[in-house]
Amino acid sequence: MIYSDKVMDHFNNPRNVGVIEDADGMGEVGNISCGDIMKITIKVDDKDQIEDAKFQTLGCGAAIATSSIVTELVKGKSIEDAVKLTKQDVADELGGLPSAKMHCSVLATDGLKVAVDDYLVSQGREPISGEIKSADPNFDPHADEDEDDHH
Amino acid sequence: MTYLDYAATTPVDERVLEAMMPYFSQHFGNANSLYKTGRDAYHALEAARESIATGIGAARPSEIVFTSGGTESDNTAFISVLNRIAPLSAGGGHIVASAYEHPGVLNVLKWLGKQGYETTLVSPCSDGFVHADDLEAVMRPDTKLVSIMHANNELGTVNDVKALAECAHSHGALFHTDAVQSLGKTAFDVQDLGVDMASFSAHKIYGPKGMGGLYLRRGVNFDALIKGGGQESRRRSGTQNVVGAVGFAKALELCLEERDEEQARLSALRDHILQRVTESLENTQATVSAGKRVGGIAPLLINGVEGESMLLQLDNLGYAVSTGSACSSGSLDPSHVLLSIGVKKEIAHGSLRVSMGRYTTQDDVDGFIDALIPIVERLRAMSPVYQKYFGKES
Repeated sequence: MIYSDKVMDHFNNPRNVGVIEDADGMGEVGNISCGDIMKITIKVDDKDQIEDAKFQTLGCGAAIATSSIVTELVKGKSIEDAVKLTKQDVADELGGLPSAKMHCSVLATDGLKVAVDDYLVSQGREPISGEIKSADPNFDPHADEDEDDHH
Repeated sequence: MTYLDYAATTPVDERVLEAMMPYFSQHFGNANSLYKTGRDAYHALEAARESIATGIGAARPSEIVFTSGGTESDNTAFISVLNRIAPLSAGGGHIVASAYEHPGVLNVLKWLGKQGYETTLVSPCSDGFVHADDLEAVMRPDTKLVSIMHANNELGTVNDVKALAECAHSHGALFHTDAVQSLGKTAFDVQDLGVDMASFSAHKIYGPKGMGGLYLRRGVNFDALIKGGGQESRRRSGTQNVVGAVGFAKALELCLEERDEEQARLSALRDHILQRVTESLENTQATVSAGKRVGGIAPLLINGVEGESMLLQLDNLGYAVSTGSACSSGSLDPSHVLLSIGVKKEIAHGSLRVSMGRYTTQDDVDGFIDALIPIVERLRAMSPVYQKYFGKES
């Protein structure tokens, strides 16, 4: 399993890391027990164009690189165009991903869709991306620590 | 590059390479040929067998079967013996292994289960050891074979194989141990431990890859897995890898000569890593930290960071280590070893295994720790959930 140079570039120098404080939409997807979780915040102008996007990701090299490139790809796009971004588009843009890592690009595109819907719903409009499962806000990694009694 | 993955493989020691060199082009004969170059190869092969037999306390050199490595030895131990002592045509039987075995054992067990054997995995405890009372609890009257590794490759813990073998024998079962990670690193005497079979690999002890061995106690019924020209006393066909056997024997001799001093040095380096990393970084633990362990393996859990990201960033700085995160293996689950001792998945994703060996220095270890700390801090700062789950306020 070898990463392309472009994946390594986005992993080593991730673009747009952080959180937009006065964001118009936020999406958080993934599952800490699977090892990948991504949060994306977007700023949208009055013509429904994405002005800015920032991300935070816990995950492998591919999860970080796909998050990074998605924030680059959607800046300047309309929200309608942005949610059309597929996992294959993301992988292609990165010069390909190992097959075992394709799910990481789903994380990034799903995060974006949740953020766009969050923006639309906050404006009292209909969501356009359908059902995407958000990260469980109540997940507690310290819960039931004594469940497995291995003496 | 600073190589800190000696549990994955080791470089061939120059002294081993020197011993091997004459058998590539000079004494290149087939060890089964009667003329001189064949006899030269034969004598070298048998001298290697004798040296390894002595090194592991075997009663006879003929109890050593040369193989292509640990995985072949593991496969052979199960399939060759079960075919003979408990064939499926006679009803098969029950076989047991620990849940944190190498895939060379686990996947054979799984396959045998599909063929019709009944299989049980016995879990190690959270301390990293398989305890004899837990083995005792799963033994049955029809248990034919038990396989429990001597030292675990991710934790470094050394099981009390003597007690485990006694338990298996008291129920009439044979006992095999995968000794790939312990050979040359801790006392390993097949007669003292009472094992019927043991698997070895040369490349973990500064010998060549593609070379291994199976200890097969005299009297254990055995049906060759690899069939052909009948080499290795009809126990493993194929022209013998003389150069590999010579290298394996030399590698083991060197490890045994230097063992006590080297293990003390590596144990001190391991304790230094475990202590400095856990003191310098919050939310980090040694995966296991007590009991009998081989010297060179430092297993760490770095909470709130994904292992592959750490591995890649360390690689950028020239440090080679391994991780038990799912993403490094291509599977969805993190290391089965860590899960088997009760480490939760979200914690196991942040595991690092630093393994040291013959050429590791104190400077290497300090350089590694200095490199690791800012990497972990940077990745935690990039995580959307670190503060929520592991931050000081929570």
